[in-house]
Amino acid sequence: MWLRIEPRPEPSRLMRYLSPLLAVALMLTCGMVLFKVLGKSPVEGFKVFFLQPMADRYGVAELFLKATPLMLCAVGLSVGFRGNVWNIGAEGQLLMGALAGGGLALHFPASQSPFLLPAMFVAGALGGMLWAAIPAWLRTRFNANEILTSLMLVYIAELVVSWLVHGPWKDPDGFNFPQTRLFQAKAIIPVLVEGTRVNAALLVAIGALVVGWIFMNRSFLGYQMKVSGQAERAGRYAGFSARRTVWLGMLVGGCCAGLAGVSEVAGPIGQITEHISPGYGFAAMIVAFVGRLEPVGIFFASLLMALLYMGGEQAQQYLSLPYSISKVFQGLLLFFLLGSDVFIHFRLRLVRGRK
Amino acid sequence: MAPGLLSAILFATVVAGTPLILTALGELVTEKSGVLNLGAEGIMSVGAVAAFATTIHTGSPLLGVLAGMAAGMAMSALFGFAALTLQANQVASGLALSIFGVGLSAFIGKPYESQTLNSVPPLPIPLLSRLPLLGHALFEQQALVYFSWIMLGLVAWFLYRTRWGLALRAVGETPVAAHAIGYNVLRIRYLATLFGGAMAGIGGAFLSVFYTPLWVEGMVAGRGWISLALVVFATWRPLRVMLGAYLFGGAMITQMFVQGSGLRLDIPAQFLSALPYLATVLVLVLISRNRSTIRLNSPASLGQPFMPDT
Repeated sequence: MWLRIEPRPEPSRLMRYLSPLLAVALMLTCGMVLFKVLGKSPVEGFKVFFLQPMADRYGVAELFLKATPLMLCAVGLSVGFRGNVWNIGAEGQLLMGALAGGGLALHFPASQSPFLLPAMFVAGALGGMLWAAIPAWLRTRFNANEILTSLMLVYIAELVVSWLVHGPWKDPDGFNFPQTRLFQAKAIIPVLVEGTRVNAALLVAIGALVVGWIFMNRSFLGYQMKVSGQAERAGRYAGFSARRTVWLGMLVGGCCAGLAGVSEVAGPIGQITEHISPGYGFAAMIVAFVGRLEPVGIFFASLLMALLYMGGEQAQQYLSLPYSISKVFQGLLLFFLLGSDVFIHFRLRLVRGRK
Repeated sequence: MAPGLLSAILFATVVAGTPLILTALGELVTEKSGVLNLGAEGIMSVGAVAAFATTIHTGSPLLGVLAGMAAGMAMSALFGFAALTLQANQVASGLALSIFGVGLSAFIGKPYESQTLNSVPPLPIPLLSRLPLLGHALFEQQALVYFSWIMLGLVAWFLYRTRWGLALRAVGETPVAAHAIGYNVLRIRYLATLFGGAMAGIGGAFLSVFYTPLWVEGMVAGRGWISLALVVFATWRPLRVMLGAYLFGGAMITQMFVQGSGLRLDIPAQFLSALPYLATVLVLVLISRNRSTIRLNSPASLGQPFMPDT
């Protein structure tokens, strides 16, 4: 008896949607084993990591708060990924969006205008797009690989943030801490549910999901992206511009990541610091894949990813495990997803007798 | 500039370039077989933490390096299983490996964050290390620096002067033809991937055991990604990897150069730290702008899965 992988005559639609669930199940199993190996009770670990964060109203609100930037980044990235545009620099675009939007807040410390906050979001979107335009331009003009350039720009964006909060933008009354002044009240996103931190940026994120859905499923441009991504030559023969695919994929990704940056600095943080994002831009890639590059899937996947972040905090607090355990789970999830995805195109077959 | 300072700068350049040479050489061999492993950053991170922890517990840097190498191979085997056996998308699998490796290394390394190792004394080469100017910079280095040169020669010799090197390149160019004349494409790709992982693991070990020598989360700081860019810069040729690595090594130590030169330059430290990343972007642009350079030199089947018997 012998297991063989063989191609399916047609890709399985069922497996396409089952695969993320399978990946989550495998991640959970692996997590339990990990807890066991670390000398913690797997049941206890599971409770602390996956149930406790959602135990009360505040916890659920925090879940949506953390899911907001993930949703935004992931829906933007999914547009590019569909067109085979590998923007892996959403983290940097998020930071630049935070700087552009936050910079506006710092520039108008006394403004009472109701347009300040919307203007910050616009500035954030532009900041993210500007940062994403660099790899897009380098790719279309000079053929430079966008994976490496977009990633290098993450490091540069981090250093720009660090320079600003240590230098020109440092709060003069801040006891020399590397952070800016706190944003004024008009520059803070209003809270949605009293007594929690979940804010109106969630609505922006859900709006982005809706727009993303319409773009991908109902617009000709979205269709062109999909064709170019799945069959590059077919796209070329049909006269779809490869340049436009790159530009569009990058700019949409940068725009959404920039919005996510504003949602953080004008939301739970309330100022610009060196720690704007705990890797949301990278985690969003996993969200996009687990969500099958579809807005509905991304919605749920971002909640799951937010849960992993919160579980990490809980595990640090109650199980005295390092916070980075959530990154281990994130990586495992993506690996298991890629593994499970094999069964979309292939199936296992039991073969009798020898090879 | 004082000769002492120049010698010190050359020395630091060589040190900073060594992990890049090691990792990029490994990645070059992997890519020559048609496999694009974007996981170098994750492999280096895990290699660094494995080597550091092992050296702390055993007191032996050699065992540390071996542990880094083994960890690197284990990581690349994980990638190989996803991308070669299961034929998952190579770009996505590599990204997964990077995210996973960076996270895993932070997780494992937490207890070691406050610890430091004794610095390992260098291994001067008799006579040569006495040479003026270059002696100290080139021949009073850690053993792994010499190792990187030896590996450079071995890789070049293997790829272009041996039958198995030819087979590996054939697999990277036209796996179908290599398969047809009886080479086991998947096995060769696995071996090349494992070699790449071992080298990146050693590169990580060099960072944590010899270079710093300590472990902090995120200490690899993009060197894995820069190594990937180096392979493109080198147009997949081993000797140019060394040239590129020392160029980047130089970019990484500009801070020291500026401080040492005594120039009163009012440049923010962050700008100097950004130089290697800027240089990477610049170099990619310069090399890639000529499309035919890339097309002629990159392995033809790079990143494409191969399934025998279909």
